[in-house]
Amino acid sequence: MNKKQHHKDESTTNLKGTFIAVMILGIFILVSWFIVFGIFLSR
Amino acid sequence: MNDKVKDINKDDGKLVMAHMYVAFISLFIGGLMGVLQTMVRSGTFTLPFGIGYYQILTVHGVILALVLTTFFIVGFQFALMSKTVGMSDQQRESAWFGYWIMLFGTITTAITILVGKANVLYTFYAPLKAYPTFYIGLALVVIGSWIACFTNFRQLALWKKHHPGEKSPLLAYMVVINMLLWFIATLGLAATVLIQFIPWSLGMVDTINVLVSRTLFWYFGHPLVYFWLLPAYMAWYAIIPKIIGGKIFSDSLARLAFVLFLMFSIPVGFHHQLTEPGIDPLWKFIQVVLTFMVIIPSLLTAFSMFATFELAGRSKGYTSLFGWFKALPWKDVRFFAPMAGMITFIPAGTGGIINASHQMNQVIHNTIWVTGHFHLTVGTTVILTFFGISYWLIPSLTGRRLTKKVNTLGMIQTFVWMIGMFIMSGSMHIAGLLGAPRRSSYSEYGGSEQATEWIGYQISQAIGGSILFIGIILMVYIFFYMVFAAPKGYTEFPMAEVSENAEPTPKFLENWKLWIGITIALILFAYTVPFIDMLHHSPPGSPGFEDLIR
Amino acid sequence: MHLHKYERIWLIFGISSLVLFLVVLGVGAFYKGTQPPSHLATVDPTKVEEHEAFREENLGLRKVGENDYIVSVIASAFNYNFGKDDEGNTIRKIEIPVGSNVLFQATTTDVIHGFQLAGTNVNMMVEPGYINSLKTTFKKTGTYTLICNEYCGTGHHLMAFEVEVIDNE
Ligand SMILES: [Cu+2]
Ligand SMILES: [Cu+2]
Repeated sequence: MNKKQHHKDESTTNLKGTFIAVMILGIFILVSWFIVFGIFLSR
Repeated sequence: MNDKVKDINKDDGKLVMAHMYVAFISLFIGGLMGVLQTMVRSGTFTLPFGIGYYQILTVHGVILALVLTTFFIVGFQFALMSKTVGMSDQQRESAWFGYWIMLFGTITTAITILVGKANVLYTFYAPLKAYPTFYIGLALVVIGSWIACFTNFRQLALWKKHHPGEKSPLLAYMVVINMLLWFIATLGLAATVLIQFIPWSLGMVDTINVLVSRTLFWYFGHPLVYFWLLPAYMAWYAIIPKIIGGKIFSDSLARLAFVLFLMFSIPVGFHHQLTEPGIDPLWKFIQVVLTFMVIIPSLLTAFSMFATFELAGRSKGYTSLFGWFKALPWKDVRFFAPMAGMITFIPAGTGGIINASHQMNQVIHNTIWVTGHFHLTVGTTVILTFFGISYWLIPSLTGRRLTKKVNTLGMIQTFVWMIGMFIMSGSMHIAGLLGAPRRSSYSEYGGSEQATEWIGYQISQAIGGSILFIGIILMVYIFFYMVFAAPKGYTEFPMAEVSENAEPTPKFLENWKLWIGITIALILFAYTVPFIDMLHHSPPGSPGFEDLIR
Repeated sequence: MHLHKYERIWLIFGISSLVLFLVVLGVGAFYKGTQPPSHLATVDPTKVEEHEAFREENLGLRKVGENDYIVSVIASAFNYNFGKDDEGNTIRKIEIPVGSNVLFQATTTDVIHGFQLAGTNVNMMVEPGYINSLKTTFKKTGTYTLICNEYCGTGHHLMAFEVEVIDNE
């Protein structure tokens, strides 16, 4: 019962925008880190 | 008598305001020192009256990083505790006692710096030696803050006794975590100051173990930055949702993030000592791994924040993918200032990951990139959130209204800050990658071509710094306006509720013994072996060098 | 504790990125040997010139192999001591052929100093009682400024030296 209730909640909480936003953030971190790592290697 | 107008117990309000006065006066003095430094470094300005660059740099660091932050945080946290779990007369007395000790310590240290006997910067690395009162004052600030810690612990303990079986209020839980973190971290600072620096500066011992003192300092130094950040997170998690007309996304995830901060922000100090001799690189790497663990709660927080915004927007009927973004109250400074801080945390946090990346640290270590980095973290993310808190906290304590005028001024203040910081911190980051050092007065380094290249960036730092100083004048004006001049009335002390869709909070999150136990175990794991090594293989100690700083 | 589906994906993505960073760093450090400068040898800071590496005649640039050099430096407020040349004059500049392998080793007689060759990965702390060292290979010719990047007193910003990386024809 509890479990069922729960699944219903999940489908109603639409967090697509949040997901895209955090993924952009993640990619920003990855790119920045590898830029500085590139500087480290090139020196 | 007038308590109904105010949103918090009147006596508690006085206590909190006493902390705020110190914080905002510190902001003004520290900011002035900051802009003077950027001017000197641009090569266009010389300090008058024989004042030294390193003297104002010491004032800047001590008064902003240690005094402003500690007083604001302790004050804000008393407000949160008073609001959520209440404060007895006895607790208020002990809080005042801690306040006076901190203030006395601050003044002692400040005088020592002002008379030029402590130009050692806020990190006071041995064997540069300051006059003893510099260290004694710092020790008193720490001891005063401990009284605040134990007052907060007592407040929650008493509340729990009267509310058996209930989960503690979210904000009170967060305050107690932050104070636990602070207490455990400052034990390291207290150890080096009381056992090493004070006897040495008083001449009771001849030498000091430099590496041990640095290790104890950085054992404290990293959790220090989380002690600054966590009150900002308190506002993001538990206050901002109310301001935007939403609910807390998840009570348990908020608590989990705080528990993770407690556990992983302490055993990581070596990431500030990555290029030092005398520490085995294996242990440096172990602490780098632990440092990366402390990124995880911030990843959680990023998701929770966006989710709070999206859910609030959607509940208001904005259904498109990013429509909820428009639903946010962009014109409300109580939201806009902290939001600007949150956005800044994206580059700020990323820079932090880069800094802690073991051998990569050699690219930026002690360059002005680092200065640029923490002016984004503490100097923007944290401070803009603190300003955002002030816009409602101060008028709600003084029984006045947050007027349209203050709101507009605050919006301008936030814009000014963002622009100034973008220019200043941006040029610091670039100059740092080119090799420009931090904590250095203007120098052409004997006509070096590289140094010439840095000077252009130093001029833009002065431009950014000047814009920031305008921001500081604005903020100090807003503060005093809200204290003395704003029209009387009611201002809400916003505290959010948990979303009805959120899961119930599991009991184990309040298992204090477990969390403190793991925290201590991690500290012992990360530090025991390298610390014993340090003691075993220590070279002859260093005498003090007080002549180098005059 | 239950996590939203997207939150789980985000955490997996985020944590994997962190693991990736650590693996890259770990392979570099433990397999390729690019550990950050962490030399463990100690020295009495009042008697550094008695140490083999910092005896008068060993200071400055020394060729030790076909393509290998050692640079030994004593830092003190507010100067880097690279020794004296054949005529007895204080050395103010060194020249290193591009592509050579150089070991920098440094210590201090007084307070903590920085040792940073601006624009390179040569960046380490020099602390009393310890010898710190760092190996590097110069990939590009040019004039590099060695600067002190840790505050060491009133003359801190004047503490510098010149290193020229030259073509090796
Ligand atoms: Cu840190
Ligand atoms: Cu220096």
